[in-house]
Amino acid sequence: MAELTGAQALVRSLEEQGVEVVFGLPGGTILPTYDPLLSSRVRHVLVRHEQGAGHAAEGYAWATGKPGVCMATSGPGATNLVTALSDAYMDSVPMVAITGQVGRPLIGSDAFQEADITGITLPITKHNELVTDPERIPAAIAEAFHIATTGRPGPVLVDVPKDVQQASAPWRTGDWPPPMHLPGYQVPGPPSQAAIRAAAQLLLEARRPVLYVGGGVVKSDSHADLLRLAELAQAPVTTTLMARGAFPDTHQLALGMPGMHGTYPAVSALQEADLIVALGARFDDRVTGKLADFAPRAKIVHADIDPAEIGKNRRADVAIVGDLRLTLVGLADAVAQAISVGAAPETSDWRAVLDGWKRRFPLRYTQHGDGPLKPQYVTERLSALTGGNAIIVAGVGQHQMHASQHYTFTRPRSWINSGGAGTMGFAVPAAMGAQVGRPGELVVAIDGDGCFQMTAQELATCAIEKIPIKVLIFNNGFLGMVRQWQELFYDERYSSVELGTAIPDYVKLAEAYGCVGLRCDRADEVDAVLDKALARSDVPVVVDFRTHDREGVFPMVAAGHPNDDILLGPEFSADEQAAASRREMELG
Amino acid sequence: MSTHTLSVLVENKPGVLAHVAGLFSRRAFNIASLAVGPTHDERVSRITIVVDGATTPVEQVKKQLDKLVRVLKVVELADDAAIERELALIKVRADPALRGQLLEVAGVFSANVVDMSPTTLVLEAVASPAKLDSLLAMLDTYGTCELVRTGRIALARGAGVITDQLVTAVPNTTASLEAETAA
Repeated sequence: MAELTGAQALVRSLEEQGVEVVFGLPGGTILPTYDPLLSSRVRHVLVRHEQGAGHAAEGYAWATGKPGVCMATSGPGATNLVTALSDAYMDSVPMVAITGQVGRPLIGSDAFQEADITGITLPITKHNELVTDPERIPAAIAEAFHIATTGRPGPVLVDVPKDVQQASAPWRTGDWPPPMHLPGYQVPGPPSQAAIRAAAQLLLEARRPVLYVGGGVVKSDSHADLLRLAELAQAPVTTTLMARGAFPDTHQLALGMPGMHGTYPAVSALQEADLIVALGARFDDRVTGKLADFAPRAKIVHADIDPAEIGKNRRADVAIVGDLRLTLVGLADAVAQAISVGAAPETSDWRAVLDGWKRRFPLRYTQHGDGPLKPQYVTERLSALTGGNAIIVAGVGQHQMHASQHYTFTRPRSWINSGGAGTMGFAVPAAMGAQVGRPGELVVAIDGDGCFQMTAQELATCAIEKIPIKVLIFNNGFLGMVRQWQELFYDERYSSVELGTAIPDYVKLAEAYGCVGLRCDRADEVDAVLDKALARSDVPVVVDFRTHDREGVFPMVAAGHPNDDILLGPEFSADEQAAASRREMELG
Repeated sequence: MSTHTLSVLVENKPGVLAHVAGLFSRRAFNIASLAVGPTHDERVSRITIVVDGATTPVEQVKKQLDKLVRVLKVVELADDAAIERELALIKVRADPALRGQLLEVAGVFSANVVDMSPTTLVLEAVASPAKLDSLLAMLDTYGTCELVRTGRIALARGAGVITDQLVTAVPNTTASLEAETAA
């Protein structure tokens, strides 16, 4: 048995756990841990702001499926992680945050840089712990990773007082992980076969089924099983904001994204469905619109690893609790079995209706050759030039919706954004984390000018650590989504939404941070500028795309309205809108 | 009010009560009553929570409580299959002329007199919530000066034990704890 300090035990635990990288920023109470970290094989990426560390850990986790790790000191260091923890909690991102805390004798005394971070983060972590016994450090770290990565993933915070890091902690050589004591923590077992059979039967009986795919499919790595099920059952698929890429947009059965800014075929298919199979999705208000009017004729199969999601917002006719991959394998097997003895999915009329909707009511925008630059156009050119193979990271707002709508996603973990929490400023640090996790790939942040300015300082980290992300700023000089709501719902009274396009000068700012800065405001220059940006693999690149400040995001269902009230937007005629509102169902 | 009584076994660790209470406030669940105390196993505390089914989705409460890592078990006790008790201390105005009547009322409800002054009495009552409400209503007619009432505690009737399903979850002998530390 070796005698280590608590700090050494902590770093050793991270090594044993297989952690490759920690995003962090040191300070007084975490200093003891930064000393052994210097000689550890764990890479430390020194961020410029702890929020950046948190989002980088999230981006790493989204991109790799492995837990992201961030580290900060006590007090403000820890509170700066709060937004990222909240974001990770909402989007079920596996993440471990390690914070220093003032020494045990000082706790509760309002000591310098003291904050009750376990108290503060109670409602936004899956679990947290203040470690008061140095001997518990290995178990606390092992438990944190276990909880963060099993069941429904989420963030776990481990708070370690400075004197606990300094105290001696015996290290028991032997197996990792050490014994864990989590008597109250249960990961749901395999899904019920009876429930799976019932769901498969509903699926085969349905004439208008829709697979409503959420982030759980990505997290459980079950995209291949989803594809098999969809094709066997000939069931159309809609992928939520959390699930873009879980099912290829290029597939005939793909309907695109549902919800407030979903495609007309996706939104309306759910409204007309006779069966919705929800797979790792949670009937979020941005998907359902006015809940009471959501999918009024649909039976619901709800499969999720978290039993508390079942029936939370919408009653389930068949509930399947458990690992989604097992559920999808079971469902596909059951459907295949039924087909082998003569059953056949009868969805061709339904698919013909949906194909008609796709043709008549697509995502539509107009890019005039010499007119203002449209964000949709830039996204589509990016999609074409990268063959849909980039990892796209977005912040929150219009640019996020345009990116989700207009990039053609074909594989999971190629779309990273802040979904549930809606955290502006997510993109740059999350892209940094994603690039660290997948160094050989092209990582492109699509960001708004409002979002970008919240966390742009991490460009310094990217430049110095040679993390060559590409950042495309859709610079319309406005908090664009807020502006859109003021235009539609507040009589065009634009209150505190104009940022201006010129300050800061994003090209100079990029250069000041050691990045390449480019600018583009003409459609005919988009390809050349993108080519130039994408060619640089040695240094981060920032492109200031001067986009049209009046461009809105459509389709749109206004908040609180039924999804039946979907607005196609100004690109469609009154006749087309009327036809869409009637949900005309011509076949073929 | 359609109340539901939940017995929640939790690990006896710092912050657990805050976590449980925080869950209720965060999710806008209403707590009608809450009582917490140790059990015969020092590692386990028992929280009894009463929620109003009209304003709070009880199934969601149970599922969300179950998700807390330090929560070991959540059981809903059926009204007719559980013993429910609350304790109250009541300081009531007791002019000498009315004292006799008051003592009679106390007797009916098996409440004890635990303190007396020239103008007041302090009664101690242990009863089911409904019976306690009746007593308090009676005492109000004399003049309640001060009232303190515990949260409800409850236990299922019969031979069943709440920890029955918990054998594998909680190592309930010190031997298994030692085995763990030795590993």
